[in-house]
Amino acid sequence: MSRIIDKTAAELAADIREGRLTSVEVTTAFLERIEAVDGTIKAFLHVDREGALATAAEVDAAVSAGQELGPLAGVPIAVKDVVVTKGLPTTAASKILEGWIPPYDATITERIKAAKMPILGKTNMDEFAMGSSTEYSAFGKTLNPWDTGRIPGGSGGGSAAAVAAKMAPLAIGTDTGGSIRQPGAVTGTFGAKPTYGSNSRYGLIAFSSSLDTPGPVSRNALDGALLHEVISGYDPRDSTAIDAPVPPVVAAAKAGATGDLSGVKLGIVKEFAEGVGAAEPGVIAAYEAGVEQLVKLGAELIEVSCPSFNYALPTYYLIAPSEASSNLARYDGVRYGLRSGDDGRHSLEEVMSLTREAGFGPEVKRRIILGTYALSAGYVDAFYGKAQLVRTLIKQDFEKAFESVDAIISPTTPFIAFKFGERTGDPYQMYLADLYTIPTNLYGGPGVSVPVGLSEGMPVGLQVMGPVMGDDITYRVAAALESTQDTLLADTAPEIEGN
Amino acid sequence: MTKLNDYDKAVETYEPVLGLETHIELDTNTKMFCGCSTAFGAEPNTQTCPVCLALPGALPVANRAAIEATIKIGLALNCHIAEWTRFARKNYFYPDMPKNFQTSQYEEPLCENGYVDVVVDGKEYRVEIERVHLEEDTGKTLHVGGATGRIHGATESLVDYNRAGIPLVEIVTKPVPGTGALAPEVAKAYTAELRDIVRSLGVSDVRMEQGSLRCDVNLSLNLPGEEWGTRTETKNVNSLRSVERAVRYEVRRQSALLDAGERIFQETRHFQETTGETRAGRSKEEATDYRYFPEPDLAVMEPSREWVEELRATLPELPRKRRERLQAEWSLGDKEMQSVVNADAVDLIQATVDAGTTPSGAVKWWLGELSRRANESGEELAALAITPKQVAELQGMVDDGRLNDKLARQVIDGVLAGEGDPADVAAKRGLEVVSDTGALEAAVEEAIAANPAVADKIRGGTHAAAGVLIGAVMKATKGQADAGTVRQIILDKLS
Repeated sequence: MSRIIDKTAAELAADIREGRLTSVEVTTAFLERIEAVDGTIKAFLHVDREGALATAAEVDAAVSAGQELGPLAGVPIAVKDVVVTKGLPTTAASKILEGWIPPYDATITERIKAAKMPILGKTNMDEFAMGSSTEYSAFGKTLNPWDTGRIPGGSGGGSAAAVAAKMAPLAIGTDTGGSIRQPGAVTGTFGAKPTYGSNSRYGLIAFSSSLDTPGPVSRNALDGALLHEVISGYDPRDSTAIDAPVPPVVAAAKAGATGDLSGVKLGIVKEFAEGVGAAEPGVIAAYEAGVEQLVKLGAELIEVSCPSFNYALPTYYLIAPSEASSNLARYDGVRYGLRSGDDGRHSLEEVMSLTREAGFGPEVKRRIILGTYALSAGYVDAFYGKAQLVRTLIKQDFEKAFESVDAIISPTTPFIAFKFGERTGDPYQMYLADLYTIPTNLYGGPGVSVPVGLSEGMPVGLQVMGPVMGDDITYRVAAALESTQDTLLADTAPEIEGN
Repeated sequence: MTKLNDYDKAVETYEPVLGLETHIELDTNTKMFCGCSTAFGAEPNTQTCPVCLALPGALPVANRAAIEATIKIGLALNCHIAEWTRFARKNYFYPDMPKNFQTSQYEEPLCENGYVDVVVDGKEYRVEIERVHLEEDTGKTLHVGGATGRIHGATESLVDYNRAGIPLVEIVTKPVPGTGALAPEVAKAYTAELRDIVRSLGVSDVRMEQGSLRCDVNLSLNLPGEEWGTRTETKNVNSLRSVERAVRYEVRRQSALLDAGERIFQETRHFQETTGETRAGRSKEEATDYRYFPEPDLAVMEPSREWVEELRATLPELPRKRRERLQAEWSLGDKEMQSVVNADAVDLIQATVDAGTTPSGAVKWWLGELSRRANESGEELAALAITPKQVAELQGMVDDGRLNDKLARQVIDGVLAGEGDPADVAAKRGLEVVSDTGALEAAVEEAIAANPAVADKIRGGTHAAAGVLIGAVMKATKGQADAGTVRQIILDKLS
């Protein structure tokens, strides 16, 4: 292919570094693509043309001056609107933060800027990252580039759709229960949730502090790994950060691309197949075909039993809303964001209530209520406390499994992208989208989703889960799977009708 | 109108049980969870950042110096330092609390199970410490536009977040029974001892008037041999004297209710500095559910035993040891030393001695004239507008014969009125002892001439009669002569 937007991030970086393309040309191509198709897809909440081109020009000047540049210098990127960007609107897709301009940068924003990557803009998401379809954005839905009648996944539907529609070669997502991996699976893109604590949460608008993890969204594993290494690493501003070297994910992705998995033991979780609910047949078929490929590359399959995974979904829906109910308490109209009812006739307490009533959407309110209840006196032991105990069991199940396997594989999500409105009426049906991704969040280990095939013409993802700080194995397996595909799935998406 | 019993009658019938919760602001350079300055008195909202303003995405990182200071306090209070401890969130909405939760500690405090011994009326009382934990302070809300400065009637509320996030140590006692009629004094002695311990550690300036040490007083009453009664918690008790008054008031109020067959409600009350009353606040029974849970943004703390021992080795001489040493150095008896302690004058006397005066001179002023004045004005001794250095200067002038005690008291008037240091006041008010012997001799001559019969008696050897002439000279010099000098001149002239 000849178009700039069809190239991978690794190719673009090399072209810029070696003078075949300028960053301004590359950035302009993606900005033009956004202009051409985002009126249809609506992946972006805010586009920063000027800022992106300014960074691109800096990179081009640096290239001309013969300066040493980082591995992704000049390659543009889209950032999920839950990551704080100094001077750029950051709303977490909530009315309560509409118009707020952050006075500071998140650590990962700083690292993206230090890597000289032009920031194209901020992408749409479910409000405060609560949802699996991006339908809960306060600013409208994002469409799946593969079928505009279907959801792009969530919460990071904007980042996934932007990469799938080639409006950005790379994007930042955040994953609390599957918000990077599930959108990746349903849009045919690659997404990685790194080990909790290996990527700084400083400046990431908190949903559930003990689960939130920022990570890369890309078209393939190598691009994801390159971005992973740019944003990862210890940050003294995050007390839960792990002070250890970043796992060598780029090297692992390159090793995987050679197509050799001999000696790699892959675990298959027994309970995923027979427990709370199996995936739909088309998803299973695509997934099993992928597993067959992995075996051909030399991987050995071992069944592992993780009985507590059956309780992962309810455990998650107690812990995450509990933390969210407290994390979202700060949105009260006092210091920033929306303020409602401040007309001299309402008390301070009433202004806070009116602000929260007007500023939060239905899913956010549902989870605040759920979490408040789960933490309240008389219930905290039975709900939040019990969920923490189960979380420990889930960790133990993973640890035991990783004694006998190198990585665990599963479908990323039980079903392909569903149609708009199909699951908003029943929260539980929506929550099921994260059935296979949630255990990894509760454990704290890494998980990636890599495109594995199609079902009903829609992409299906295969998830690779690794041990804590074992991110490299997940990239290796994902890249190996990609090596069996003639064309990247992301390159086979139907062309989008322009505006 | 609140019915109050006579205090002595109340404690004849009921046994009080005390409990004290003390908050101490640490004087670390930076806040508990961010790098902002903690300096007092800066322009509003100039010492803030994304973390202490709770901007979206900001995260806390615990201040190691604050953890060290808290461990030191725990060690000085004979506590066990936890091997495993963590922060917890206390959730409630309040505009001066940026996150709408306070990062505090709940089931796993940093320090537990200690004690403080205090002596009241020659008897030792052991106050057991339940826990010492670390948390953060809130901002301050200012209600403007109303007549009272309270929220009611205000047109605007302004919030200053400079104080938000300053490290706060909370020290909670176990219930203290068995103090009987001395409950107010024990409560005060404990608070003073705690303050002195913390001050000796150099981790807080523990100034009650600036709010860096704040007390909540719990009190219940029960009949002898019966179970403890329902307690009230009185907040806003912000001086040693107020601690004593608050306990006394609650004993009188609760005993009157119990006598009338009424029940005591478990409630929060507020101490009124001006009237000495406690007033009901919100009832604990309908209080907020704080929904505590472990703070997921902060790593668990596991203070190593080596670190704890290192900190123990840095502990200074604690107040009790120091008092024993000073008592010996100052050659004071037990009772006299107890008076010094009760008057909260140890540091003042020490500073006065350090400024160059004798211990007896320093004790004389602080326990005598200055205590009397503090009592009259209802102030703490340390709050009087006179410094130990000024007291030392005053006593120095007495020692030099430039002032006598009577003049010195007038000089104190001037110092307290803000007229300057003792020497300035003496000069401005013309209060120096007359040391011009020419002037004194003239005054003596006049006195002799006016009292010939007395002069004859002295000439006849009755030296005691000199008093009459001395009195006359003192009167003529308006008290500014040194009586000893005058006596010597008289005797020289008449023998």
